[in-house]
Amino acid sequence: MSDRTLRGKSAIVGMATAGMGEAPGFSAMELLGQAAVAAVADAGLTMQDIDGVFAATSSHAFPTMSVVEYLGLRPKFFDGTNVGGSSFEMHLLQATLALEAGLCDAALVCYGSNQRTAGGRLVSMSEPQWHETPYNPRHPITAYALATSRHMAEYGTTREQLADVALAARGWANLNPDAFARGPLTKDEVLSARMISDPLTKADCCLVTDGAAACVLVRAERAKDLPGVPVYFLGAGGANYHRSIVAMPDLTTTAAAESGPRAMQMAGVSQSDIDLAMVYDAFTINTILFLEDLGFCPKGEGGRFVENGRIAPGGELAVNTNGGGLSCVHPGMYGLFLIAEAVAQLRGQAGQRQIKDCNIALCHGNGGTLSSQCTAILGNEGVL
Amino acid sequence: MSEIETGKIGPQAAYEAYLAAGRFMIQRAESTGEYVFWPRVVAPSGATDLTWVEATGNGTVYAITVNRARGGSWNVALVDLDEGVRMMSTLPRVETAAIGSRVKARIEVTADGPRVVFDLVEEDAA
Repeated sequence: MSDRTLRGKSAIVGMATAGMGEAPGFSAMELLGQAAVAAVADAGLTMQDIDGVFAATSSHAFPTMSVVEYLGLRPKFFDGTNVGGSSFEMHLLQATLALEAGLCDAALVCYGSNQRTAGGRLVSMSEPQWHETPYNPRHPITAYALATSRHMAEYGTTREQLADVALAARGWANLNPDAFARGPLTKDEVLSARMISDPLTKADCCLVTDGAAACVLVRAERAKDLPGVPVYFLGAGGANYHRSIVAMPDLTTTAAAESGPRAMQMAGVSQSDIDLAMVYDAFTINTILFLEDLGFCPKGEGGRFVENGRIAPGGELAVNTNGGGLSCVHPGMYGLFLIAEAVAQLRGQAGQRQIKDCNIALCHGNGGTLSSQCTAILGNEGVL
Repeated sequence: MSEIETGKIGPQAAYEAYLAAGRFMIQRAESTGEYVFWPRVVAPSGATDLTWVEATGNGTVYAITVNRARGGSWNVALVDLDEGVRMMSTLPRVETAAIGSRVKARIEVTADGPRVVFDLVEEDAA
């Protein structure tokens, strides 16, 4: 089957994060550099082995050029595709294509940000949309609040259900020593948090942290000769219809409804095969939208699906086990941290939060204002 | 008012020039009949024979939020025009409104220039 030719063709053989949470005194590139060095070491390779570079950040106009220079690389192939927080799920696909085509032999995917210590606000190079500017939207939250308002009106989704998403994320974060927001959190605290953009409060928003991550991919046959536990690429797909929220056809259905099936078809898996769902939770509504669009529950049922701790530790479906963008880390473009957690779980290295029999993980990246949607599916050796 | 020479400027500038002249205009493709907003050089169907028509100004609130800040709050809404296109706007005379509310456009002149805003339509008066 031609659409499955990429399944299992590449593997993540090195993965690392750096500066998770707060890293005062370090620039975005210094954090990225730390993550890259650690990921290459984890792969059992040297920096000189890297001949493919894939990067996107919120602070570099030409990210691959900056990374190449900083790390002293001379890559044969490079790709700075920037589709916001979903860039890195797309980079897994691009890197696999480049490896399989023989255009490079060792691909580095990397990201770094110091937005928390640099200013404490979301850093973005995103340009205003001229037809939106007269109304002073505060993107990204205005866009996500609009989507939430529509989901509530159409499906009866409630603020209490949004709070269940935040509480589940905190529950997982409390099992993760690397998570930035740890400690008890009650539903009352979430519901009484400061309203920012109705109906979303501060507790419905992801963190603003520092952080960097990097991973190294090689062709699958080479992965066996390297020291680490390989995590195999099983499939990936993207879908994108819009840039500005006004052009999103239906605010209650994202393009994940297409990227998810594309990735699952390539991987030859269905929802019931997924042991871990890592979905980009920039806001609490995201988790609900993506669980629906990726087929874990019917459209409109996401709010009811997350009730009663179903996605919290001990629940039926393991979702965002690092604590997510809501409680673990969110340096601006979070997509590579989804992959970092999936790799940790698939390798059985997730410590106290390790889920049992984790063989297949789905990583769903979201970019812009529910705009670019990229899904990647990873698995361990047993499912090849 | 004088005619806007829309052939000599791009759709964004034409829209803004119409607005400055007190007219809320949107695009329509002659060949397909589809309306287009926001203004551009090609319709989503691929049609390029776009002409300018007066918007009816009648619409329905599709989604709405209230941005809260220390200096005050303001709503941001997505309004579906009866022509079948969606635009971002605001309802400046109310704090917020129910999704599905019927609204009517008017042009409001602000310090930053003219913009299309909407007011709630009283169902009784409709």
